[in-house]
Amino acid sequence: MSDSGYADTQPRMGFFTDTSVCIGCKACEVACKEWNLVPASGSSGDGGMDLLGLSYDNTGDLGANSWRHVAFIEQQVPASRVDNLGMPTIGAPEQEDEAGVRWLMSSDVCKHCTHAACLDVCPTGALFRTEFDTVVVQPDICNGCGYCVPACPYGVIEKREDDGRAFKCTLCYDRIGDGLEPACAKACPTDSIQYGELDVLRQRAEQRKQELHADGVTEARLYGENPDDGVGGTGAFFLLLDEPEVYGLPPDPVVTTRDLPGMWRRAGAAALGVAAAVVASFVGARR
Amino acid sequence: MSRAQGSNREQPSGAQGTSRAQPSRREHAMVEPAEFRSYYGRPIVKEPAWEQPDVPLYLFLGGTAGASASMAAMARLSGLPRLARAGTLVAAGGSLASVAALIHDLGRPERFLYMLRVFKPTSPLSVGSWILAPFSGLAAASAGSMLTGWLRPIGTLAGNAAGLLGPAMCTYTAVLLADTATPAWHEGRRELSVLFAGSAATSGAGAALLLVPTRETAPARRLGLAGAAAELSAEHRLEHNLGVVSETYRDGRAGTLLKAGKALTAVGAGLSLLGTRSRVASAAAGAAYLAAGVCTRFGVYAAGVASARDPKYTVVPQRERMAQTGSSGQ
Repeated sequence: MSDSGYADTQPRMGFFTDTSVCIGCKACEVACKEWNLVPASGSSGDGGMDLLGLSYDNTGDLGANSWRHVAFIEQQVPASRVDNLGMPTIGAPEQEDEAGVRWLMSSDVCKHCTHAACLDVCPTGALFRTEFDTVVVQPDICNGCGYCVPACPYGVIEKREDDGRAFKCTLCYDRIGDGLEPACAKACPTDSIQYGELDVLRQRAEQRKQELHADGVTEARLYGENPDDGVGGTGAFFLLLDEPEVYGLPPDPVVTTRDLPGMWRRAGAAALGVAAAVVASFVGARR
Repeated sequence: MSRAQGSNREQPSGAQGTSRAQPSRREHAMVEPAEFRSYYGRPIVKEPAWEQPDVPLYLFLGGTAGASASMAAMARLSGLPRLARAGTLVAAGGSLASVAALIHDLGRPERFLYMLRVFKPTSPLSVGSWILAPFSGLAAASAGSMLTGWLRPIGTLAGNAAGLLGPAMCTYTAVLLADTATPAWHEGRRELSVLFAGSAATSGAGAALLLVPTRETAPARRLGLAGAAAELSAEHRLEHNLGVVSETYRDGRAGTLLKAGKALTAVGAGLSLLGTRSRVASAAAGAAYLAAGVCTRFGVYAAGVASARDPKYTVVPQRERMAQTGSSGQ
């Protein structure tokens, strides 16, 4: 029995997004929208033609209408850290100490948590766990209560304004059931997005991290691969080159329902307190 | 430029900029400002998708109805007919209005019955629906029987059953808010149930003080005082014990609403003590309590929204937790 409740008949499937080879082409965003018929409008609701002024990121964040989101981060680093591609330049040769720019690009997606808050708090059962251990919304059940939206520790799922229901990445449930890889992974030209059995991906990711460390990229780290983290590990995990919050990811996410038994106990105690206060306030009140 | 949004008041040099959260008040200037990094100052968690005023009103009306139903049941047992009558009507009206607010807030209101498809203890909204649906039915049956004179014994029985469910109505909404990734609500999970219990008690007492002649309001007065004490102490803890997240309860719209709520609660408590014989003072105390309940619920909601909008309240507590547990995190 796996931690997410499924018997080990079908291996758990997921994404490994190796951001060190992401080139920011956004093919994943486009392929996802095309396959899943995700509307164009961005988070700003203006038809998706907004320029956000955040480097090359005009998607902004994950949401009902963006199931993949490529983040663009421009960082000032010493010139010695920038790869010299040998491109022709003009002007005086660059100084050794001159500041360079490094680009971090990362294609974010629903994490398909082992312990998924959105699924836990859904009151209708619209959100469910598939046989691939992914987390999917059934649009014919969702009644748009919106509880999953603030429950997600990553801010992934969102209500679509004109529709009223909640939407997010399905890890292409309709493709992987037929043995196809998800649209984003299929379209990714550098294999930054890799789809496969989670166990295999985790090994590959660990190997890649060690390679990068050996090459001197000591800031390379895995995010979401640890089954002991606050969400029990994620089905979609990442190799990052800086702290998670730089990419807009929470550094130590926790599934909110981990604390739920304590919350129910306290609410029960508080309810008993109300009952006691009401009864006590009537002592001697009989006319 | 969006770069300077949120709390990134010191313009970061690109996305990797380290923001220094400004101390919001002079008295907190001793505290080391929390440093955190973010993606262009954009939020990490989504702010609650619920609409205002639907959901804060649902919290207020549900709590008021719950406390009123319990009071009505006790008043019937104690032979206080006017208090019983007012409590029964407020319980029915409040719970039906809170059901209406909840349905109105759904993205697909025609699917409201899907709330009762399953019973899920991991979903406070599912548990809440299973409390709210029978409660509002029982409260409405009790009020209907009382107004029409039909099936009196069954109406009384329904009213007593609603009275038993009443305390659950008062506090389940605290779990509803706390069981989210919204920093102000999740970090405040220990205090919210006491706050909501207290606020429901003062609001229920307030409705009784407003509607019932003074010779039957002694229990409501006492309940109001107990509720006010619980509410004010829980609010104080929310405002001071949650580290950086407490800012969201002190500042901005939430701070204003919660300050007004505290003042109105104090005024209500004071007037209820002064006005033991004056109908006007008693009614004013009731009105103050009810207004306090509205302010408190809207204030708590506003604190949640503010805490979700600024990545500081997501990142800083998580980093502090990681530093404390020595976990390398991710």
